[in-house]
Amino acid sequence: MPVVLKLSGIEQVYGTGEASVRALRGIDLDVEQGDYVAIMGPSGSGKSTLMNLLGCLDVASSGSYELAGTDVSSLTERELARVRNEEIGFVFQSFNLVPRMSALANVELPLIYGGLRRAERRRLALEALELVGLSDRADHQPQELSGGQQQRVAIARALVTSPTLVLADEPTGNLDSESTEEILSILDSLASAGRTIVIITHEENVAERAHRVLTISDGLITADRALAGAR
Amino acid sequence: MSFFEILRSAMRGVAANKLRSVLTLLGVMIGVGSVILLLAVGNGSAQTVQSAITNLGTNTLTVRASGGGGGTTTTSTSVKEITAATADQLASAGLGHVKEVVPQVSTSLTVASPTASEDSTTIIGSTADYFDVSTTTIASGAAFTAADETTSAKVAVIGSTLATELFPTASALGGSISIDGTPFTVVGILATQSSTGISDPNSEVIAPLSRIQKSYTGYGAVSSLTVLATSSDAVTAAQGEVTVMLNQLLGVTDASDEPFTVTNQSSLLETAAASATSFTVLLGAVAAISLLVGGIGVTNVMLVTVTERTREIGIRKALGATRGAVLGQFLAEAATLTLLGGVLGVIAAVIGSQWEINGTQPVILGYSIPLALGVSVAIGVFFGVYPAGRAANMRPIQALRAI
Repeated sequence: MPVVLKLSGIEQVYGTGEASVRALRGIDLDVEQGDYVAIMGPSGSGKSTLMNLLGCLDVASSGSYELAGTDVSSLTERELARVRNEEIGFVFQSFNLVPRMSALANVELPLIYGGLRRAERRRLALEALELVGLSDRADHQPQELSGGQQQRVAIARALVTSPTLVLADEPTGNLDSESTEEILSILDSLASAGRTIVIITHEENVAERAHRVLTISDGLITADRALAGAR
Repeated sequence: MSFFEILRSAMRGVAANKLRSVLTLLGVMIGVGSVILLLAVGNGSAQTVQSAITNLGTNTLTVRASGGGGGTTTTSTSVKEITAATADQLASAGLGHVKEVVPQVSTSLTVASPTASEDSTTIIGSTADYFDVSTTTIASGAAFTAADETTSAKVAVIGSTLATELFPTASALGGSISIDGTPFTVVGILATQSSTGISDPNSEVIAPLSRIQKSYTGYGAVSSLTVLATSSDAVTAAQGEVTVMLNQLLGVTDASDEPFTVTNQSSLLETAAASATSFTVLLGAVAAISLLVGGIGVTNVMLVTVTERTREIGIRKALGATRGAVLGQFLAEAATLTLLGGVLGVIAAVIGSQWEINGTQPVILGYSIPLALGVSVAIGVFFGVYPAGRAANMRPIQALRAI
C-alpha cells in the first residue's frame, strides 16, 4: 500500500524565549493508504496539535509533512486552501457546522469552494447524506438536529469531496454512548471501504475500533501497535 | 467560487439574521435619508430668499423717516420733513448714480365695489414712475400716467387678489370702486406676485400721489422715497449721495442724528441669503452627525457580526475557503446591506421632500445623494470587510478557537 501521510522530524513550538512550549518534539510517522489509525494520549500530550498539522489547519515550526506525495510545509496559503478542500475531510469534536444553514447547504460548502456546479453539488451532497443515513434531514438546520445527527452531517461534509484523508478529532467526545456507536460504525464502514482515517481519542473503546493505535506523550510517539483488525 | 455563488451566500447571510440586518438597514437608511432631506430643507430656504431678492429688485434704495410713523420727525423742529417736494429736489439735484426718485404715501382704508367691500386695504399713493422702480407689473389695463398725477385723477391700479374679491363675477377693469367713499375708476390690474413682506402686494391699491394726498393724507410728509440707482453696482454710491443730499435739503446739522434712514434692499437680502446659507451649513452639520451616528451603529453591528462569526470563518477555511472567498462573502454581505439601506434612505428623503417642512419646500441637492450614499456604503463596507479580512488572515485553527 502506498504511503499517503509521511511526517519526519515534525516539531511545533508555541511562543518564544523562556515562555515557549514545545508541543511536538520530533514526530516521525508513515500512514499507508486505507489505514485506520487512532492516536491516543492524555491532555496536553500534543495529539490535538498533531491533528491540526495533519489537517493543514496549522503550520509546523520545523520538519517535513508530505500528503499524497506533496510537501505541504512549502505550500502557499492559497495552495493550502486547495489541499484542505480536496485532500482532507475534517470531523471536529464540536461538529463545527455553520449555523443557520441547512444540513444540505453545510455538506455542499466544500464543493462550493471546490468550484462545482450547483446540480452536481446537490447530487454529491445528497449522496453523502444518504451514506450517513440523514437524507431525510437534509433541510434541517444544525440547531434542529441532535448531537449525533450533527456529527453525522459533519462526517457527510468531510466525505463529500472524496478526500485522501479523513481526520477526526475526538469525534465522539461530545456524544452519548448510543450516538457514539452510530458514529463509530460509520467510521468502520468507511475504513472497510478503503478510506484512510486518522482519529484522535482518549477513550480506549474508540481506539479499539482502529487497525493501528499510536500513543503520544509529551510531544513524542511512545507506542505504535497494530490491532487485530489490521490487514 | 464564482461571483454568483458569492452573491448567493451573501444573500443567505443577510437573511440568516433578520434582526441584525433590519437594524443595519435602519441605521443606514436614517443616516442617508436625514442628510439628503436636511440639506434639501436648507437649500429650499436659501432658494426662497434668492427668489425674494430677484422679486424686490436689486437696484433700489428706500428712504424712510426715522423716529415715528407717518414721516413726522420730533427730534428737531428746525429739521424739515421729507415731502413730495423733497423727492423732486432730490431727483433734480444731478446726483450721478440716481436715476429716479419716487415718493410714496400709504394709508389703510376701506375699499368697496358695488357688490363687495374690503376693510384695512393698503392704499399707496405714488407717481407714475412707481411702476418703473417697483417690480410690480400690470397684467391687464394700464398704469396711470403722469397726466393723471398732474390732474389728481380718480384712477387706481389694484392687486389681483383684491380685484377678484371686489369683482368676483366680472372683470374689475373699468369698474368703479370707492375708497373711503370717494369713487375711483380701475384702470389696471397688477400681475400676481409672491408675497415677500408683511403686506400682500396682491391686495393693494395704487393711485396717483396727488389724489391720495388731496383726499386722505394731506400734503405733508410722505411715507417713503424709493430711489432707483443707475445700476445694481451703483446702489452703494447712490446711497451715499442720497444721504448727503438729503442732509442738505432737510437742513440736518448733526449727521449722527439724521431724521431718516436709507435702506438698501439688496444688501438686506444678501444678509438674509448669507444667513440662509449658514442655516444650510448648520443643517448639513446636524445631518453629517446623524450620518456619523448611523455609521457608528453600522460599524458596531458589523464588528460584532464578524467577531461572532470568526469561528464560522475558521470552519470555512478548514473546508478549503481561500482568503479571497471569505473576504468576498463579507464584502458582498456588507455592500448588500448598506446599499439596500442607502437606497431606502434616498427613497424616503425623496418622498419626504414632497411636503413643505416648516413653511419651506425642500429642494434636493444633486450632490447630496451620491455623497450620503457613498459615505454610508464606504463605512459599512470598510467595517464589514476589515475585521473579516483580519479573521481571514488567521490560520484556520486560530479562527476556530475563537469563541
